[in-house]
Amino acid sequence: MRNKFIEAFEAKQIEGKEIPEFRPGDTVRVAVEIKEGEKKRIQNFEGVVIAIKGQGAGKTFTVRKIGANNIGIERIFPLYSESIAGIEVVRKGKVRRAKLYYLRGKTGKKARIKERRD
Amino acid sequence: MIGLIAKKLGMSQIYMSGKAVPVTILEAEPGIITQIKTKERDGYNAIQVGFVDTKERRLTKPEFVKLKKVGITPKKVLKEFRVKDVSQYSVKDEIRLDIFKDGDLVDVMGKSKGHGFSGVMKRHNFAGGPGGHGSMFNRRVGSIGNCEFPGRVVKGRKMPGHYGDVTVTVQNLEVIRVDQEKNIIAIKGAVPGPKGEYVNIIRKGN
Repeated sequence: MRNKFIEAFEAKQIEGKEIPEFRPGDTVRVAVEIKEGEKKRIQNFEGVVIAIKGQGAGKTFTVRKIGANNIGIERIFPLYSESIAGIEVVRKGKVRRAKLYYLRGKTGKKARIKERRD
Repeated sequence: MIGLIAKKLGMSQIYMSGKAVPVTILEAEPGIITQIKTKERDGYNAIQVGFVDTKERRLTKPEFVKLKKVGITPKKVLKEFRVKDVSQYSVKDEIRLDIFKDGDLVDVMGKSKGHGFSGVMKRHNFAGGPGGHGSMFNRRVGSIGNCEFPGRVVKGRKMPGHYGDVTVTVQNLEVIRVDQEKNIIAIKGAVPGPKGEYVNIIRKGN
């Protein structure tokens, strides 16, 4: 159990941030704000959420996608970070585990996730 | 120099201009001035502040009587802060968190976590020996010096012993947030001691 004052401190930060509900197995498109000197631009990162970790203001989620030459790319995003401009759920997935680390060893057809309809 | 005594509640993080900043959250209840020391009478200028309510029987009689004389309920800690000018303070004034504002630099002093009697790997970050191949030299100290010259162990040699539970001061930590209503202060970085420990937060300057 966490200290109620720490919870209140973190709740104040999280307040007002709209984040869509998603679960491990869902495919999301994360808009990341990138600063290049003075300029800001938005880059999208789309992939499967394979883990959600932590609680409060320190909550993070891991997104895995298959990049060029079939190389897996994983990025860990802080859920409430200011540099995340938006999260869009592209597809809901049906999985039976909270952490989908088994996807790392699988490629192609074996790495498919069934769609969740509810 | 003036400060407060605060209870370490734990750590958290806050996002500031895109970066996650680690913060320690502390609860600092107001202190009450119990005595004013002046140069004429005591040889130096200082204010003595009492913190944290406690039970009467936890104090010694001199402590209790001293507080009773000025009409203050029993306090757990009495702490003196040297100040240049005592005229702006009077007995029974409250010292609150408003002495700090966001962006101030503070020193935090507290007792570090006690680790008991520890070996050199934990206490002094020695590398230790190989784990396998029957080395039998896993966490040992190693050589502590030469032979006939100098013929003794050099003073200050790092060896096993009691680790932690000493007063540690961390200087120049930034105040990130102050919540006057809840008596909560967030300080950048880590402060000494376990959760629940009372630490001194000291503002620099006068």
